Amino acid sequence: MIDVAVIDYGMGNLRSVSKAIEHVAPQLKVAVTGDPEVVMRAARVVFPGQGAMPDCMREMQARGLREAVIAAARSKPFLGICIGLQMLFDRSEEGDVAGLGLLPGKVLRFPAAAMVDARGEKLKVPHMGWNEVHQAMPHPLWEGIAPGSRFYFVHSYFPVPADPQLIAGYSLYPFSFSCAAARDNIFAVQFHPEKSHAAGLRLLANFVAWQPAAAEIGPASSAGRPRSPAL
Amino acid sequence: MGLAKRVIPCLDVTAGRVVKGINFVGLRDAGDPVEIARRYDDQGADELTFLDITASSDGRDLILHIIEDVASQVFIPLTVGGGVRAVEDVRRLLNAGADKVSINTSAVHNPQLIADAAARYGAQCIVVAVDAKRVAGDTLRWEVFTHGGRKATGLDALEWGRKMQALGAGEILLTSMDRDGTRNGFDLELTRAFSEALDIPVIASGGVGNLDHLVDGILKGRADAVLAASIFHYGEHTVRQAKEHMARHGIEVRI
Repeated sequence: MIDVAVIDYGMGNLRSVSKAIEHVAPQLKVAVTGDPEVVMRAARVVFPGQGAMPDCMREMQARGLREAVIAAARSKPFLGICIGLQMLFDRSEEGDVAGLGLLPGKVLRFPAAAMVDARGEKLKVPHMGWNEVHQAMPHPLWEGIAPGSRFYFVHSYFPVPADPQLIAGYSLYPFSFSCAAARDNIFAVQFHPEKSHAAGLRLLANFVAWQPAAAEIGPASSAGRPRSPAL
Repeated sequence: MGLAKRVIPCLDVTAGRVVKGINFVGLRDAGDPVEIARRYDDQGADELTFLDITASSDGRDLILHIIEDVASQVFIPLTVGGGVRAVEDVRRLLNAGADKVSINTSAVHNPQLIADAAARYGAQCIVVAVDAKRVAGDTLRWEVFTHGGRKATGLDALEWGRKMQALGAGEILLTSMDRDGTRNGFDLELTRAFSEALDIPVIASGGVGNLDHLVDGILKGRADAVLAASIFHYGEHTVRQAKEHMARHGIEVRI
Protein backbone atom coordinates (compact mmCIF):
# COMPACT_ATOMS: atom_id res chain seq x y z
CA MET A 1 0.00 0.00 0.00
CA ILE A 2 1.09 3.55 -0.74
CA ASP A 3 1.71 5.70 2.33
CA VAL A 4 1.65 9.06 0.58
CA ALA A 5 0.12 9.71 -2.84
CA VAL A 6 1.19 12.93 -4.55
CA ILE A 7 -1.55 13.61 -7.07
CA ASP A 8 -0.24 14.12 -10.61
CA TYR A 9 -2.58 15.66 -13.15
CA GLY A 10 0.13 16.76 -15.54
CA MET A 11 0.60 20.29 -14.23
CA GLY A 12 4.18 21.14 -13.47
CA ASN A 13 6.96 19.71 -11.42
CA LEU A 14 6.04 17.24 -8.68
CA ARG A 15 9.52 15.87 -8.18
CA SER A 16 10.30 18.56 -5.60
CA VAL A 17 7.28 17.55 -3.52
CA SER A 18 8.00 13.82 -3.58
CA LYS A 19 11.74 14.31 -2.97
CA ALA A 20 11.11 16.48 0.07
CA ILE A 21 8.69 13.94 1.56
CA GLU A 22 11.11 11.09 0.88
CA HIS A 23 13.80 13.15 2.59
CA VAL A 24 11.81 13.59 5.83
CA ALA A 25 10.28 10.10 5.77
CA PRO A 26 12.63 7.69 3.99
CA GLN A 27 10.71 4.70 5.44
CA LEU A 28 7.48 5.63 3.64
CA LYS A 29 6.32 4.61 0.19
CA VAL A 30 5.68 7.80 -1.75
CA ALA A 31 4.01 7.65 -5.16
CA VAL A 32 3.53 10.43 -7.68
CA THR A 33 0.37 9.19 -9.33
CA GLY A 34 -2.43 10.11 -11.69
CA ASP A 35 -4.30 6.86 -11.02
CA PRO A 36 -7.57 7.46 -9.08
CA GLU A 37 -7.39 3.91 -7.64
CA VAL A 38 -3.97 4.55 -6.10
CA VAL A 39 -5.20 7.84 -4.65
CA MET A 40 -8.24 6.10 -3.16
CA ARG A 41 -6.10 3.47 -1.46
CA ALA A 42 -3.27 5.71 -0.21
CA ALA A 43 -3.05 6.38 3.53
CA ARG A 44 -2.55 10.11 2.98
CA VAL A 45 -2.69 12.45 0.04
CA VAL A 46 -0.78 15.53 -1.13
CA PHE A 47 -2.57 17.71 -3.66
CA PRO A 48 -0.07 20.11 -5.29
CA GLY A 49 -0.54 22.42 -8.23
CA GLN A 50 1.29 24.86 -10.45
CA GLY A 51 0.24 27.12 -13.25
CA ALA A 52 -3.23 28.49 -13.85
CA MET A 53 -6.18 27.20 -11.82
CA PRO A 54 -8.56 26.79 -14.82
CA ASP A 55 -5.98 24.51 -16.51
CA CYS A 56 -5.46 22.57 -13.28
CA MET A 57 -9.21 22.03 -12.82
CA ARG A 58 -9.62 20.96 -16.44
CA GLU A 59 -6.68 18.53 -16.39
CA MET A 60 -7.75 17.01 -13.09
CA GLN A 61 -11.24 16.36 -14.41
CA ALA A 62 -10.01 15.10 -17.78
CA ARG A 63 -7.87 12.52 -15.99
CA GLY A 64 -10.80 11.29 -13.91
CA LEU A 65 -9.25 12.44 -10.63
CA ARG A 66 -11.99 14.73 -9.37
CA GLU A 67 -13.93 12.11 -7.38
CA ALA A 68 -10.76 10.60 -5.92
CA VAL A 69 -9.56 14.02 -4.74
CA ILE A 70 -12.93 14.81 -3.16
CA ALA A 71 -13.09 11.42 -1.45
CA ALA A 72 -9.54 11.81 -0.11
CA ALA A 73 -10.23 15.32 1.18
CA ARG A 74 -13.20 13.92 3.12
CA SER A 75 -11.53 10.89 4.58
CA LYS A 76 -7.76 10.99 5.19
CA PRO A 77 -4.87 13.31 6.02
CA PHE A 78 -4.86 15.69 3.06
CA LEU A 79 -2.34 18.42 2.27
CA GLY A 80 -3.07 21.00 -0.43
CA ILE A 81 -0.17 23.06 -1.78
CA CYS A 82 -0.43 26.30 -3.80
CA ILE A 83 -3.03 25.77 -6.57
CA GLY A 84 -3.89 22.60 -4.63
CA LEU A 85 -5.13 24.89 -1.85
CA GLN A 86 -6.92 27.24 -4.24
CA MET A 87 -8.83 24.40 -5.92
CA LEU A 88 -10.40 23.38 -2.59
CA PHE A 89 -12.48 26.59 -2.48
CA ASP A 90 -15.77 27.40 -4.22
CA ARG A 91 -14.54 29.72 -6.93
CA SER A 92 -11.49 31.56 -8.31
CA GLU A 93 -11.22 34.93 -9.95
CA GLU A 94 -8.56 33.36 -12.20
CA GLY A 95 -10.55 32.55 -15.31
CA ASP A 96 -13.73 32.83 -13.17
CA VAL A 97 -13.71 29.10 -12.65
CA ALA A 98 -15.45 26.91 -10.07
CA GLY A 99 -13.29 24.99 -7.61
CA LEU A 100 -14.09 21.77 -5.79
CA GLY A 101 -16.23 23.49 -3.12
CA LEU A 102 -14.66 21.51 -0.28
CA LEU A 103 -13.96 24.69 1.68
CA PRO A 104 -16.31 27.72 1.56
CA GLY A 105 -14.71 30.81 0.08
CA LYS A 106 -13.17 32.29 -3.01
CA VAL A 107 -9.76 32.97 -4.55
CA LEU A 108 -8.84 36.53 -5.59
CA ARG A 109 -5.97 38.22 -7.44
CA PHE A 110 -3.68 40.64 -5.61
CA PRO A 111 -5.38 43.96 -6.54
CA ALA A 112 -2.98 46.23 -8.46
CA ALA A 113 -4.23 49.34 -6.65
CA ALA A 114 -3.29 47.96 -3.22
CA MET A 115 0.21 46.76 -4.11
CA VAL A 116 2.27 49.48 -2.43
CA ASP A 117 4.48 49.05 0.64
CA ALA A 118 4.76 51.33 3.71
CA ARG A 119 7.40 53.44 1.91
CA GLY A 120 5.11 53.94 -1.09
CA GLU A 121 7.10 51.57 -3.33
CA LYS A 122 5.41 49.23 -5.77
CA LEU A 123 5.03 45.60 -4.71
CA LYS A 124 5.42 43.01 -7.47
CA VAL A 125 2.97 40.33 -8.53
CA PRO A 126 3.56 37.39 -8.44
CA HIS A 127 4.25 37.52 -4.71
CA MET A 128 7.55 35.68 -5.01
CA GLY A 129 10.00 34.84 -2.24
CA TRP A 130 10.19 34.24 1.49
CA ASN A 131 7.47 35.74 3.67
CA GLU A 132 6.62 35.37 7.34
CA VAL A 133 3.82 32.96 8.14
CA HIS A 134 1.82 33.81 11.23
CA GLN A 135 -0.02 30.93 12.86
CA ALA A 136 -3.70 31.69 13.44
CA MET A 137 -4.48 28.51 15.37
CA PRO A 138 -2.62 25.74 17.14
CA HIS A 139 -2.37 22.76 14.79
CA PRO A 140 -0.32 19.55 14.69
CA LEU A 141 1.19 20.70 11.37
CA TRP A 142 2.66 23.82 13.02
CA GLU A 143 4.37 21.79 15.72
CA GLY A 144 8.04 22.73 16.15
CA ILE A 145 7.74 25.64 13.71
CA ALA A 146 8.36 29.05 15.27
CA PRO A 147 5.53 31.56 14.78
CA GLY A 148 6.52 33.96 12.00
CA SER A 149 8.88 31.49 10.30
CA ARG A 150 9.51 32.32 6.66
CA PHE A 151 8.24 30.08 3.85
CA TYR A 152 8.71 30.33 0.08
CA PHE A 153 5.78 31.72 -1.92
CA VAL A 154 5.13 32.18 -5.60
CA HIS A 155 1.56 33.11 -6.55
CA SER A 156 -0.65 35.90 -7.90
CA TYR A 157 -3.94 34.75 -6.32
CA PHE A 158 -4.81 34.14 -2.67
CA PRO A 159 -7.72 32.45 -0.84
CA VAL A 160 -10.44 34.28 1.08
CA PRO A 161 -12.15 31.68 3.30
CA ALA A 162 -15.81 32.47 3.98
CA ASP A 163 -15.45 31.15 7.52
CA PRO A 164 -12.66 32.80 9.59
CA GLN A 165 -12.36 29.58 11.59
CA LEU A 166 -10.76 27.96 8.53
CA ILE A 167 -7.78 30.33 8.67
CA ALA A 168 -4.75 28.46 10.00
CA GLY A 169 -2.15 31.03 8.98
CA TYR A 170 -1.75 34.43 7.41
CA SER A 171 0.92 36.63 5.80
CA LEU A 172 1.23 40.31 4.91
CA TYR A 173 1.60 41.51 1.29
CA PRO A 174 0.93 44.33 2.03
CA PHE A 175 -2.44 43.47 3.60
CA SER A 176 -3.12 40.34 5.62
CA PHE A 177 -4.14 37.35 3.52
CA SER A 178 -4.80 33.72 4.42
CA CYS A 179 -1.87 31.52 3.51
CA ALA A 180 -3.00 28.36 5.31
CA ALA A 181 -6.44 26.82 5.78
CA ALA A 182 -7.42 23.88 7.94
CA ARG A 183 -10.50 21.87 8.74
CA ASP A 184 -10.81 18.32 10.04
CA ASN A 185 -8.36 16.19 8.04
CA ILE A 186 -7.54 18.95 5.53
CA PHE A 187 -4.54 21.26 5.81
CA ALA A 188 -3.73 23.47 2.84
CA VAL A 189 -1.01 26.04 2.29
CA GLN A 190 -0.43 28.73 -0.31
CA PHE A 191 3.36 28.55 0.14
CA HIS A 192 5.67 25.72 -0.93
CA PRO A 193 6.84 23.64 2.06
CA GLU A 194 8.92 21.48 -0.30
CA LYS A 195 11.01 24.58 -1.13
CA SER A 196 11.05 26.18 2.31
CA HIS A 197 14.19 24.71 3.82
CA ALA A 198 14.02 23.57 7.47
CA ALA A 199 10.59 25.04 8.30
CA GLY A 200 9.06 23.49 5.17
CA LEU A 201 10.61 20.08 5.81
CA ARG A 202 9.30 20.19 9.37
CA LEU A 203 5.78 20.90 8.12
CA LEU A 204 6.01 17.91 5.76
CA ALA A 205 7.35 15.72 8.58
CA ASN A 206 4.41 16.85 10.73
CA PHE A 207 2.03 15.99 7.90
CA VAL A 208 3.25 12.43 7.44
CA ALA A 209 3.01 11.89 11.21
CA TRP A 210 -0.41 13.57 11.55
CA GLN A 211 -3.26 11.45 12.87
CA PRO A 212 -6.39 13.58 12.73
CA ALA A 213 -8.74 12.56 15.54
CA ALA A 214 -11.52 10.19 14.41
CA ALA A 215 -14.10 12.86 15.18
CA GLU A 216 -12.32 15.20 12.78
CA ILE A 217 -12.78 12.93 9.81
CA GLY A 218 -15.69 14.05 7.68
CA PRO A 219 -19.01 12.12 7.64
CA ALA A 220 -18.72 10.98 4.02
CA SER A 221 -15.92 8.56 4.81
CA SER A 222 -16.85 7.36 8.28
CA ALA A 223 -20.30 6.40 6.97
CA GLY A 224 -18.71 4.07 4.47
CA ARG A 225 -16.21 2.54 6.85
CA PRO A 226 -17.08 -0.89 8.26
CA ARG A 227 -17.57 -0.85 12.01
CA SER A 228 -15.74 -3.32 14.15
CA PRO A 229 -18.17 -6.05 15.22
CA ALA A 230 -16.21 -6.55 18.44
CA LEU A 231 -17.44 -3.21 19.75
CA MET B 1 7.31 42.50 8.35
CA GLY B 2 6.58 41.04 4.95
CA LEU B 3 8.36 39.69 1.93
CA ALA B 4 12.14 39.42 2.23
CA LYS B 5 14.53 40.63 -0.45
CA ARG B 6 16.32 37.60 -1.88
CA VAL B 7 20.03 36.83 -2.15
CA ILE B 8 20.76 34.40 -4.97
CA PRO B 9 24.21 32.90 -5.52
CA CYS B 10 24.78 32.09 -9.19
CA LEU B 11 26.73 29.07 -10.34
CA ASP B 12 28.04 29.14 -13.91
CA VAL B 13 28.42 25.49 -14.85
CA THR B 14 30.32 23.89 -17.72
CA ALA B 15 31.49 20.30 -18.14
CA GLY B 16 30.12 19.50 -14.69
CA ARG B 17 32.14 22.17 -12.85
CA VAL B 18 31.36 25.64 -11.52
CA VAL B 19 33.42 28.32 -13.25
CA LYS B 20 33.57 32.10 -13.19
CA GLY B 21 34.63 34.38 -16.03
CA ILE B 22 35.34 38.07 -16.41
CA ASN B 23 33.15 39.87 -18.98
CA PHE B 24 32.04 36.43 -20.18
CA VAL B 25 35.57 35.27 -21.09
CA GLY B 26 38.56 33.89 -19.19
CA LEU B 27 37.05 31.09 -17.08
CA ARG B 28 38.39 30.00 -13.67
CA ASP B 29 37.42 26.77 -11.94
CA ALA B 30 35.45 27.36 -8.73
CA GLY B 31 34.48 23.83 -7.70
CA ASP B 32 31.95 21.03 -7.56
CA PRO B 33 28.38 22.26 -8.13
CA VAL B 34 26.66 19.97 -5.60
CA GLU B 35 29.16 20.80 -2.89
CA ILE B 36 28.86 24.53 -3.57
CA ALA B 37 25.05 24.35 -3.66
CA ARG B 38 24.98 22.66 -0.26
CA ARG B 39 27.32 25.23 1.22
CA TYR B 40 25.16 28.14 0.04
CA ASP B 41 22.04 26.38 1.29
CA ASP B 42 23.66 26.04 4.74
CA GLN B 43 24.57 29.73 4.67
CA GLY B 44 20.95 30.74 4.07
CA ALA B 45 20.78 31.33 0.31
CA ASP B 46 17.19 32.12 -0.72
CA GLU B 47 17.47 30.45 -4.12
CA LEU B 48 20.19 29.09 -6.37
CA THR B 49 20.66 29.85 -10.05
CA PHE B 50 22.61 27.52 -12.32
CA LEU B 51 23.64 28.82 -15.71
CA ASP B 52 24.81 26.11 -18.08
CA ILE B 53 27.43 27.89 -20.18
CA THR B 54 28.37 24.76 -22.14
CA ALA B 55 28.70 26.01 -25.69
CA SER B 56 27.97 22.76 -27.53
CA SER B 57 25.03 20.47 -27.07
CA ASP B 58 27.40 17.54 -26.28
CA GLY B 59 27.81 18.32 -22.59
CA ARG B 60 24.27 19.58 -22.19
CA ASP B 61 22.85 16.58 -20.38
CA LEU B 62 25.43 16.91 -17.59
CA ILE B 63 23.41 19.74 -16.10
CA LEU B 64 20.38 17.43 -15.72
CA HIS B 65 22.36 15.07 -13.49
CA ILE B 66 23.71 17.97 -11.45
CA ILE B 67 20.21 19.35 -10.91
CA GLU B 68 18.93 15.91 -9.93
CA ASP B 69 21.70 15.59 -7.33
CA VAL B 70 21.18 19.08 -5.94
CA ALA B 71 17.38 18.79 -5.85
CA SER B 72 17.48 15.68 -3.68
CA GLN B 73 19.65 17.41 -1.07
CA VAL B 74 18.78 21.10 -1.17
CA PHE B 75 15.21 22.24 -0.48
CA ILE B 76 15.14 25.81 -1.74
CA PRO B 77 14.11 27.03 -5.22
CA LEU B 78 16.49 26.16 -8.07
CA THR B 79 16.62 28.07 -11.35
CA VAL B 80 18.42 26.67 -14.37
CA GLY B 81 19.31 28.52 -17.55
CA GLY B 82 21.42 28.07 -20.65
CA GLY B 83 20.63 26.29 -23.88
CA VAL B 84 16.85 26.22 -23.38
CA ARG B 85 15.38 26.23 -26.89
CA ALA B 86 12.02 24.52 -26.72
CA VAL B 87 9.15 23.72 -24.36
CA GLU B 88 10.59 20.20 -24.28
CA ASP B 89 13.84 21.57 -22.74
CA VAL B 90 11.76 23.30 -20.06
CA ARG B 91 10.02 20.02 -19.28
CA ARG B 92 13.29 18.09 -18.94
CA LEU B 93 14.78 20.66 -16.56
CA LEU B 94 11.65 20.79 -14.40
CA ASN B 95 11.54 17.00 -14.28
CA ALA B 96 15.17 16.94 -13.17
CA GLY B 97 14.24 19.10 -10.19
CA ALA B 98 14.48 22.71 -11.38
CA ASP B 99 11.74 25.01 -10.08
CA LYS B 100 12.27 27.74 -12.64
CA VAL B 101 13.87 27.84 -16.06
CA SER B 102 15.72 30.88 -17.35
CA ILE B 103 15.52 31.65 -21.06
CA ASN B 104 17.60 34.21 -22.92
CA THR B 105 18.76 33.75 -26.52
CA SER B 106 15.83 31.57 -27.51
CA ALA B 107 13.32 34.15 -26.30
CA VAL B 108 14.81 36.61 -28.80
CA HIS B 109 14.70 34.11 -31.66
CA ASN B 110 11.26 32.86 -30.75
CA PRO B 111 9.26 35.01 -28.28
CA GLN B 112 6.34 32.58 -28.61
CA LEU B 113 8.43 30.09 -26.61
CA ILE B 114 7.85 32.26 -23.52
CA ALA B 115 4.09 32.29 -24.08
CA ASP B 116 4.00 28.53 -24.76
CA ALA B 117 6.17 27.60 -21.77
CA ALA B 118 4.24 29.90 -19.41
CA ALA B 119 0.92 28.52 -20.64
CA ARG B 120 2.11 24.95 -20.13
CA TYR B 121 3.99 25.22 -16.83
CA GLY B 122 2.86 28.52 -15.36
CA ALA B 123 4.43 31.98 -15.35
CA GLN B 124 5.96 31.25 -11.93
CA CYS B 125 8.60 28.99 -13.47
CA ILE B 126 9.54 31.08 -16.50
CA VAL B 127 12.39 33.52 -15.94
CA VAL B 128 13.52 35.64 -18.87
CA ALA B 129 17.21 36.52 -18.69
CA VAL B 130 17.94 39.91 -20.25
CA ASP B 131 21.59 40.75 -20.99
CA ALA B 132 21.57 44.52 -21.47
CA LYS B 133 24.31 46.88 -22.60
CA ARG B 134 24.24 50.66 -22.60
CA VAL B 135 23.78 52.26 -26.00
CA ALA B 136 26.87 54.39 -26.62
CA GLY B 137 26.23 58.11 -26.26
CA ASP B 138 22.75 57.56 -24.82
CA THR B 139 22.76 57.50 -21.04
CA LEU B 140 19.41 55.87 -20.37
CA ARG B 141 19.01 53.34 -23.17
CA TRP B 142 20.13 49.75 -23.20
CA GLU B 143 20.25 47.11 -25.94
CA VAL B 144 19.56 43.40 -25.56
CA PHE B 145 22.46 41.02 -26.30
CA THR B 146 22.33 37.24 -26.79
CA HIS B 147 24.75 34.31 -27.04
CA GLY B 148 26.35 35.06 -23.68
CA GLY B 149 26.79 38.71 -24.53
CA ARG B 150 28.36 38.30 -27.96
CA LYS B 151 25.52 39.24 -30.31
CA ALA B 152 23.69 42.54 -30.47
CA THR B 153 19.98 42.30 -31.28
CA GLY B 154 18.98 45.92 -31.87
CA LEU B 155 16.17 45.46 -29.32
CA ASP B 156 15.56 48.15 -26.70
CA ALA B 157 15.98 46.35 -23.37
CA LEU B 158 13.12 48.05 -21.52
CA GLU B 159 10.65 47.50 -24.34
CA TRP B 160 11.81 43.90 -24.50
CA GLY B 161 11.22 43.47 -20.77
CA ARG B 162 7.66 44.78 -21.11
CA LYS B 163 7.01 42.42 -24.00
CA MET B 164 8.32 39.43 -22.03
CA GLN B 165 6.09 40.34 -19.08
CA ALA B 166 3.09 40.57 -21.40
CA LEU B 167 3.88 37.14 -22.91
CA GLY B 168 3.95 35.48 -19.50
CA ALA B 169 7.41 35.77 -17.94
CA GLY B 170 7.15 35.47 -14.16
CA GLU B 171 10.43 37.16 -13.39
CA ILE B 172 13.32 38.99 -15.10
CA LEU B 173 16.99 38.15 -14.49
CA LEU B 174 18.62 41.41 -15.53
CA THR B 175 22.36 41.38 -16.23
CA SER B 176 24.38 44.45 -17.11
CA MET B 177 26.90 43.47 -19.79
CA ASP B 178 28.89 46.60 -18.98
CA ARG B 179 29.30 45.60 -15.35
CA ASP B 180 29.41 41.80 -15.40
CA GLY B 181 32.71 40.57 -13.98
CA THR B 182 34.01 44.09 -13.26
CA ARG B 183 33.25 44.12 -9.51
CA ASN B 184 32.21 47.78 -9.83
CA GLY B 185 28.61 47.21 -8.72
CA PHE B 186 25.28 46.83 -10.52
CA ASP B 187 24.18 49.25 -13.22
CA LEU B 188 21.70 50.88 -10.82
CA GLU B 189 20.01 53.02 -13.45
CA LEU B 190 19.30 49.96 -15.54
CA THR B 191 18.03 48.02 -12.53
CA ARG B 192 15.78 50.84 -11.37
CA ALA B 193 14.40 51.48 -14.86
CA PHE B 194 13.35 47.83 -15.12
CA SER B 195 11.99 47.55 -11.61
CA GLU B 196 9.84 50.66 -12.01
CA ALA B 197 8.59 49.73 -15.47
CA LEU B 198 7.59 46.15 -14.68
CA ASP B 199 5.08 44.55 -12.33
CA ILE B 200 6.97 41.24 -12.10
CA PRO B 201 10.04 40.76 -9.86
CA VAL B 202 13.45 41.87 -11.15
CA ILE B 203 16.71 40.16 -10.13
CA ALA B 204 19.73 42.46 -10.39
CA SER B 205 22.88 40.83 -11.75
CA GLY B 206 26.33 41.73 -13.01
CA GLY B 207 29.14 43.57 -11.25
CA VAL B 208 28.91 42.77 -7.54
CA GLY B 209 32.33 43.26 -5.91
CA ASN B 210 31.39 43.95 -2.28
CA LEU B 211 28.47 43.79 0.11
CA ASP B 212 27.55 47.46 -0.29
CA HIS B 213 26.77 46.71 -3.93
CA LEU B 214 24.04 44.31 -2.80
CA VAL B 215 22.55 47.01 -0.56
CA ASP B 216 22.63 49.50 -3.45
CA GLY B 217 20.92 47.03 -5.77
CA ILE B 218 17.94 46.88 -3.41
CA LEU B 219 17.77 50.44 -2.05
CA LYS B 220 18.86 52.39 -5.15
CA GLY B 221 18.12 49.90 -7.92
CA ARG B 222 14.87 48.77 -6.24
CA ALA B 223 15.53 45.18 -7.24
CA ASP B 224 13.47 42.40 -5.67
CA ALA B 225 16.48 40.11 -5.51
CA VAL B 226 20.23 40.35 -5.99
CA LEU B 227 22.37 37.76 -7.73
CA ALA B 228 26.13 37.37 -7.29
CA ALA B 229 28.78 34.79 -8.01
CA SER B 230 32.44 35.55 -7.38
CA ILE B 231 32.07 37.25 -3.97
CA PHE B 232 30.66 33.97 -2.69
CA HIS B 233 32.66 31.42 -4.71
CA TYR B 234 36.08 32.41 -3.47
CA GLY B 235 35.10 32.62 0.17
CA GLU B 236 35.36 36.41 0.47
CA HIS B 237 31.91 36.56 2.00
CA THR B 238 29.29 34.06 3.06
CA VAL B 239 25.67 34.48 2.07
CA ARG B 240 24.89 35.00 5.75
CA GLN B 241 27.37 37.88 6.01
CA ALA B 242 25.74 39.44 2.94
CA LYS B 243 22.30 39.22 4.54
CA GLU B 244 23.48 40.55 7.89
CA HIS B 245 25.03 43.50 6.07
CA MET B 246 21.79 44.14 4.19
CA ALA B 247 19.76 43.88 7.41
CA ARG B 248 22.00 46.53 9.03
CA HIS B 249 20.96 48.83 6.19
CA GLY B 250 17.28 48.30 6.95
CA ILE B 251 16.61 45.70 4.25
CA GLU B 252 14.23 42.89 5.18
CA VAL B 253 16.00 39.57 4.65
CA ARG B 254 15.50 35.97 5.74
CA ILE B 255 18.18 35.15 8.30
